[in-house]
Amino acid sequence: MKARAFQKIYCRLTNITKATCTLEATNIGYEEMAYVQGRAAQVVKIAGNKVTLQVFEGTEGLRNDTDIIFTGRAPWLPLSDHMTGRFFDAFGHPIDGLPAVEGREFPIGGPSVNPVRRRQPSELIATGIAGIDLNNTLVSGQKIPFFTDPDQPYNQVLALIALRAKVDKIILGGMGLTRDDYLFFKHTFEQGYGQSKIVGFINTTDKSPVERLLIPDMALATAEYFAVEKNEKVLVLLTDMTQYANALSIVSNRMDQIPSKDSMPGSLYSDLAKIYEKAVQFPDGGNITILAVTTLSGGDITHAIPDNTGYITEGQLFLRRSPDVNKVIIDPFRSLSRLKQLVIGKVTRKDHPQVMNAAIRLYADAANSKTKLENGFELSDYDRRVLRFAEDYSRNILAIDVNLETHEMLDETWMLFSKYMTKDEVGIKQEFVDLHWKELQPA
Amino acid sequence: MENITIISKGKVTAIVGNLVEAVSDGPLIQNGICFFQQNGKEIMGEVIKTEGSKAFAQVFETTRGFKTGMDVNFSGSMLEVHLGPGMLTRNYDGLQNDLDKMKGVFLEPGARTYPLDEESVWQFTPLVKTGDPVSAGDWLGEVPEYHIHHKIMVPFKFEGDYDVSWIAKSGEYKLTDTIARLTDSAGQEKAVSMVQTWPVKMPIPGYREKLRPGKLFETGVRVIDTMNPILEGGTGFIPGPFGSGKTVLQHALAKQAAAEVVIIAACGERANEVVEIFTEFPHLDDPRTGRKLVERTVIIANTSNMPVAAREASVYTAMTIAEYYRSMGLRTLLLADSTSRWAQALREMSNRMEELPGPDAFPMDLSAIIASYYSRAGYALLNNGKSGSITFIGTVSPAGGNLLEPVTEATKKVARCFFALSQNRADSKRYPAIDPIDSYSKYLEYDEYITFAAREIGENWINKIDFVKNYLIRGQEVNEQINILGDDGVPVAYHEVFWKAELIDFAILQQDAFDAIDSNTPLKRQKYMLEKVIEVVETEFGFDDFNEVRDYFKKIINLFKQMNYSEFKSDKFEGYERQLQEMILEKTAVS
Ligand SMILES: Nc1ncnc2c1ncn2[C@@H]1O[C@H](COP(=O)(O)OP(=O)(O)OP(=O)(O)O)[C@@H](O)[C@H]1O
Ligand SMILES: [Mg+2]
Repeated sequence: MKARAFQKIYCRLTNITKATCTLEATNIGYEEMAYVQGRAAQVVKIAGNKVTLQVFEGTEGLRNDTDIIFTGRAPWLPLSDHMTGRFFDAFGHPIDGLPAVEGREFPIGGPSVNPVRRRQPSELIATGIAGIDLNNTLVSGQKIPFFTDPDQPYNQVLALIALRAKVDKIILGGMGLTRDDYLFFKHTFEQGYGQSKIVGFINTTDKSPVERLLIPDMALATAEYFAVEKNEKVLVLLTDMTQYANALSIVSNRMDQIPSKDSMPGSLYSDLAKIYEKAVQFPDGGNITILAVTTLSGGDITHAIPDNTGYITEGQLFLRRSPDVNKVIIDPFRSLSRLKQLVIGKVTRKDHPQVMNAAIRLYADAANSKTKLENGFELSDYDRRVLRFAEDYSRNILAIDVNLETHEMLDETWMLFSKYMTKDEVGIKQEFVDLHWKELQPA
Repeated sequence: MENITIISKGKVTAIVGNLVEAVSDGPLIQNGICFFQQNGKEIMGEVIKTEGSKAFAQVFETTRGFKTGMDVNFSGSMLEVHLGPGMLTRNYDGLQNDLDKMKGVFLEPGARTYPLDEESVWQFTPLVKTGDPVSAGDWLGEVPEYHIHHKIMVPFKFEGDYDVSWIAKSGEYKLTDTIARLTDSAGQEKAVSMVQTWPVKMPIPGYREKLRPGKLFETGVRVIDTMNPILEGGTGFIPGPFGSGKTVLQHALAKQAAAEVVIIAACGERANEVVEIFTEFPHLDDPRTGRKLVERTVIIANTSNMPVAAREASVYTAMTIAEYYRSMGLRTLLLADSTSRWAQALREMSNRMEELPGPDAFPMDLSAIIASYYSRAGYALLNNGKSGSITFIGTVSPAGGNLLEPVTEATKKVARCFFALSQNRADSKRYPAIDPIDSYSKYLEYDEYITFAAREIGENWINKIDFVKNYLIRGQEVNEQINILGDDGVPVAYHEVFWKAELIDFAILQQDAFDAIDSNTPLKRQKYMLEKVIEVVETEFGFDDFNEVRDYFKKIINLFKQMNYSEFKSDKFEGYERQLQEMILEKTAVS
């Protein structure tokens, strides 16, 4: 988004706050982009001839007699195939030292897909991680975040999944990324597939937080370009959406809006939904899958950010360290992929749904047995068996460092069932038990 | 849309989000529709407040690019829907635009499409003759619309009494052809076609009275039909944290419930969830008529990425269509997922208008709005003595899963069934996660239902439900004791109670929504299984130690589950049943 010479220029601000400024101007469009003293800004309110602009780079040091240039249009981005292998800032300017990319200009934050034109997602995205493929299967066109405490290696997991996923493009939207994490992504992807797949829009921690608000729209406009114009399969990574939401609250609080829960704006649900709902399976084969990160504070998922996210996304993946096996696992209790129904037992083996549920039920029993143990009660034989099951299950299935095919995950789980449980205790349809039960010596 | 009159014109003076202020040169109507003229496109809005010549309008689409000085036309009508044959199978947006008729993959601002098919031809049969006295809502004739006899009614806007001065003969007519002429008491004659309009925010009149519900509305979901029944014309709601199963349960109801017409309002939820309906319903059979499910369904989709202001409209559009079908004497089911999104849309507008906020910044009159909405459902006795019903079930998405929040509390006051989804049950995959102890159906206390149940289901049906509910509470108490005192710290009998409660849970409460057989249990089968479970619960086993209790009941539960997964009374089913009988005999004979 660059200013152009022929546009309307004003030179007097009547009011400056921490995030916004106001001036008198006419014939200005709502959501129009402008430059205030060279800084990108957007119209957020018009009252009579008073126009209020949100200044993305912050208002520190703004003079009230500065130049204000209106662009006459809502935010846009030039898009082309030459974007691959490139990294940009929140305004679409290159940050990798290479020249700007020419392309056709598209508005960002554009209209929604007509729901009747969508197709039902049906392609499984394999990650090799059993906590995902077996228990919370990912489907293209899905939107799903990692819920994670800030100290978990979520960006590494995100990069790992992106590398393994069979997609045509990966669009990284980094919000409040440390420079180290940005460079980690850049190197990982450059080593992984050179220039062919990745496009990054990065807001690093040294930039203004308000700039972040543009990142998801930039990333998703790019994703739509590849998915609609080229019918490609696009995976969008958004990390960290909590930082995005915090920026939203900064802006709305400074505009004196009534905050709702946790000082978040009342429109948080709609704001987040507009982003996540860009995940879609298009009729002509292209699709957009969104894998996001929502960092939690103190594991609290009732906070407005994870809470509203959970109501929008198609499930969530909980990343946590399991003290029992000292590995990072995908927690089977609160994790969920709501689209898994579309593929498990259909694209994958028929016993998949039942095996998945039975194992998680046993894992839940183990949690109860563990409580008993901690409270000093005597354990029954069942308690002991189920605890051993859970430990093996955590290590061989839930840990994020496994890399298996889905049928191997199923076989491994049957192996654990057969090793520690009886046929009645797993509660699976007889026909599957008959087919897959491993006759072992009781452990 | 086509015959809307413009009563005044104005210019935009201010814009914040989707709230736009304009000054008008003439009269304004509260809740009147207005049209903003943006580069040759008309963007629709609704006046939600007036102050002198100033109108505050919520715009149903994006206001991107709106400018001060823009022209706006104020109409003389509120938001209306078109009602006529041909609504079944259609997919509408919140303003009743036919989504299938829209061009392109993306929704273009300002695009509007006619909700019916103007060229469609219908086989009309008159139900009145010249000279008959009629009034609003009376049936003039009917046309077949899939499985239903779609009644062509005296338009609801016709006030007072009329005589039929002319009625069309049986035959094929186009939607907009005149099929009757009615004369009012002053001798004025009016033409009636097969399509009429009605403002969505007003309840459709034209029935004699609303009656207390009394008949079971079968859903095939055991924990509802058996444990917390909803009745024809009843109301219920499903609150629950995200991921607890609200939508899965609503879809199950949409598929299985004993309704003749199902209206689904997808209100601010995921687009993929409506896509699931679009994709599946054309292929699934209505278990009662054997026709395709899509043929009894109307979908109103205002998904979460669609304009927020149209979200409010969507629930009213859905209710009005449901009322229209109810007036034909049909059993209508209205589902709204999620009413919290509607409340949030109200909150966003109210905050923008800087109204005094109520609890959690929701508008002060939230409770009243929810109450008057729920009161539009119900069992109606029509003017001709026939009856029709709207059974309404909404979902609520409480912030943080905490039920002490304004939307849940307001809804609890008006909905008669409370199907509370519990996080714990969902986490342990005990689906549907309806909490058996917190949930309730007030209809269990209705004399009308008690009589109905005794006559139609079984003599002691209500007593059985009470017995099972009490047993579940005992099971929970005993479980707490076991957790405090340890397995050894309580008598073996406690374990038996606990496991019998688990049996009720696994065999009756839990139900696999994704299994072709288990997902839908007809009432007869529900009764059979409930009685079978009670038989086991009432058996005195006399176990020696708690390990034995657990092992034994795990086997029993497994057999019940296998039965639930098998075709009712099939060889397989009866095989498991025999194994069950043998297990019980074996145990009781020994002790
Ligand atoms: N009856 C059921 N049987 C099996 N699985 C279920 C059942 N109900 C829910 N689930 C599981 O839970 C997931 C979430 O359910 P659902 O989408 O209905 O939740 P929700 O309460 O509508 O959540 P949200 O408020 O976020 O929309 C489903 O995708 C499915 O995996
Ligand atoms: Mg839902």
